[in-house]
Amino acid sequence: MTENVISEQYNYKIVRQFAIMTVIWGIVGMTVGVIIAAQLAWPVLNFDLPWFSFGRLRPLHTNAVIFAFGGSALFATSYYVVQRTCYASLFSPKLASFTFWGWQTIIVSAVITLPLGYTSSKEYAELEWPIDLLIALVWVSYAVVFFGTIVKRRVKHIYVANWFFGAFIITIAVLHIFNSMALPVGALKSYSMYSGVQDAMIQWWYGHNAVGFFLTAGFLGIMYYFIPKQANRPVYSYRLSVVHFWAISFTYIWAGAHHLHYTALPDWTQSLGMVMSLILLAPSWGGMINGIMTLSGSWEKLRTDPILKFLIVSVSFYGMSTFEGPMMAIKTVNALSHYTDWTIGHVHSGALGWVAFISIGAMYYLIPRLFNREIYSNSLVETHFWIATIGVVLYITAMWISGIMQGLMWRAINADGTLTYSFIESVQATHPFYVIRLLGGVFFLTGMLIMAYNLAKTISGAKPAEADVPVLVTH
Amino acid sequence: MSDFFNPVFWTIYISIGSLGGIFWLIYLLVSNSKIKMPADGEEVKSTGHAWDGIEELNNPLPFWWVALFYITIVFGLGYLILFPGLGTVKGVLGWTSSLEHSEEVEAAKVKYEPLYQQYASITIPELAKNEEANRTGGRLFANNCAICHGSDGRGARGFPDLADNDWLYGGSAEQIKSTILNGRNGSMPAWNAILGEEGVKSVASYVLSLSGREVPANEVIEGKKIFGTNCAACHQPDGKGMTALGAPNLTDGVWLYGASRSYIQDSIADGRTGVMPAHQELLGDAKVHILAAYVYSLSQQ
Repeated sequence: MTENVISEQYNYKIVRQFAIMTVIWGIVGMTVGVIIAAQLAWPVLNFDLPWFSFGRLRPLHTNAVIFAFGGSALFATSYYVVQRTCYASLFSPKLASFTFWGWQTIIVSAVITLPLGYTSSKEYAELEWPIDLLIALVWVSYAVVFFGTIVKRRVKHIYVANWFFGAFIITIAVLHIFNSMALPVGALKSYSMYSGVQDAMIQWWYGHNAVGFFLTAGFLGIMYYFIPKQANRPVYSYRLSVVHFWAISFTYIWAGAHHLHYTALPDWTQSLGMVMSLILLAPSWGGMINGIMTLSGSWEKLRTDPILKFLIVSVSFYGMSTFEGPMMAIKTVNALSHYTDWTIGHVHSGALGWVAFISIGAMYYLIPRLFNREIYSNSLVETHFWIATIGVVLYITAMWISGIMQGLMWRAINADGTLTYSFIESVQATHPFYVIRLLGGVFFLTGMLIMAYNLAKTISGAKPAEADVPVLVTH
Repeated sequence: MSDFFNPVFWTIYISIGSLGGIFWLIYLLVSNSKIKMPADGEEVKSTGHAWDGIEELNNPLPFWWVALFYITIVFGLGYLILFPGLGTVKGVLGWTSSLEHSEEVEAAKVKYEPLYQQYASITIPELAKNEEANRTGGRLFANNCAICHGSDGRGARGFPDLADNDWLYGGSAEQIKSTILNGRNGSMPAWNAILGEEGVKSVASYVLSLSGREVPANEVIEGKKIFGTNCAACHQPDGKGMTALGAPNLTDGVWLYGASRSYIQDSIADGRTGVMPAHQELLGDAKVHILAAYVYSLSQQ
């Protein structure tokens, strides 16, 4: 097989735009995270300003890190990977450009409306209906660009990374549209179409699959391209990728009910949610095995390559959180863990350890290549890796301890049947762990600032890279 | 109670979706397990495709991973047999969450009721001196009352201090118990529309003067007239209040909604609504009896 050059070029511009915004939104979202972590430790930092209060900033933090930082990383990598593995330039560059400017508009609208208190009050879907409509429009355009490029591909088989990106794009479209169905009653006010326990179930069907497809399937797509490329090794097992892809796609959709254990949700729904969450363990670990085992035969690269460290450690955190998740979905465990900081710790071992780490690794791979440069400083990447790792570990261990402690305090009962601790006593006991969590967040954010500096140095004065689409000639 | 308009249809629908999916997972596993491990020393072959330089090996599914997958599936199917999971199909164990709840409540009753009953016949003032009862009462207070009244019972703005022996609805043992059992609704009407800004200011001055605060003398004269015709009905002509209505004593320097002139003018102009929720349903008579003794004890020291 030889590769000849034709005149068509990969669309790197859109990848560059999203890649740079990934770093910027990462810093913004994590800064807000650090602020609200500080507010939890010292409530006086709310300053009695409504727009600066925890309740307004918390959705801004989640939206910024999930959809602005994570979303930009997904757009950048999926646009890059789909072109490179299909040997085709992006379908409809204009529509692709619309997805960039549309997505940035959505994020800026979130930054304005959420602190002002405009919210649909649905978790991870707080944005009001006009912004929801724009999201739907951008997302459908994204699907057209992505699948249009798949159709244009010059190889028969579709690479596994693209299966995951494809599943993520389709499922998020369905989830977003159905969860956001609402009746507008004003320019920035609407009421959900659902009510009561149905509303709760739709919300967590959406919420858990935002985790399952946005934060998992999409990032598995990133893993399947960037780990083999950076390690320069073939993917460990094609079969494993087939099985865990279909198993994840089927099983995740059922698992949302575990967010509603011991609520008004009917018993049968809770049972199904728990069973499917448990069955999800092996499919999730399939992805971890394929990521880590791809390195087999060249483990020594981990010692010298900080980018690979980010990528491989991210997969390890993925394995850890996808073990923890099914355990927490077991009703008896959930009775202890629900509503405690354990949940927050679990989310962040996934969000920081898995999603952020793999995005950071992918950006270190991608951004120098998009500008035809070598990374400015490898040792700064190494520093970033260690400071971020310490940050995650501080964060999640603090939340584990405080979460389990809260769970135990809340259920402790005296000989006379009264509760041993009042709620405020558990809040007091939590305080030191909130401070440690804040410290973990500061570490992680510092790492992001080092990254921004390193990448700014890398690309300063550089010309944007251009790459021709190779023609495949099979013999 | 049914979750469905048409239980049979939805039960079938749910069963096909969930069980069908699980069996499909088994099919996926079986059909992808039909591959021999490469012999020792033999290299695993690639699938023969390459994308941007990435190849895929055709390693078999790891044995331990397949085993883990099957174990979770077997557990899952077993759970769906034992517990309700497929629509209206009841589990073999006959378990329901409401049944478990009522059993636990029943068990707690048997275990703890005698503990509370032993105090039921003791009068509240007597019980207030019983250390053990007060410990229990204190715990009940910490978990049910402290959120508004503070963990020391000293209240907060809008929530009465329970330790100062100043009572809106009366501080006798029976009155305290009645307040906890049945709750209270305090309502001070808004007077702005009737008295006007000047009127509110004058009557505020008069009210302030009742507890010895220094205020302009001319406003006190005007305010006293207004007080007599509008406020005295509830707060009494001498301003000492009326426990039957929960109308506060205005002469004792205790101010539920704040002592500053502007807070007091706000109370007069816009009115106040205070709600103490009823706890009979939540705690039951026996616990409220002990709780009342604890609250009573707070102002007896």
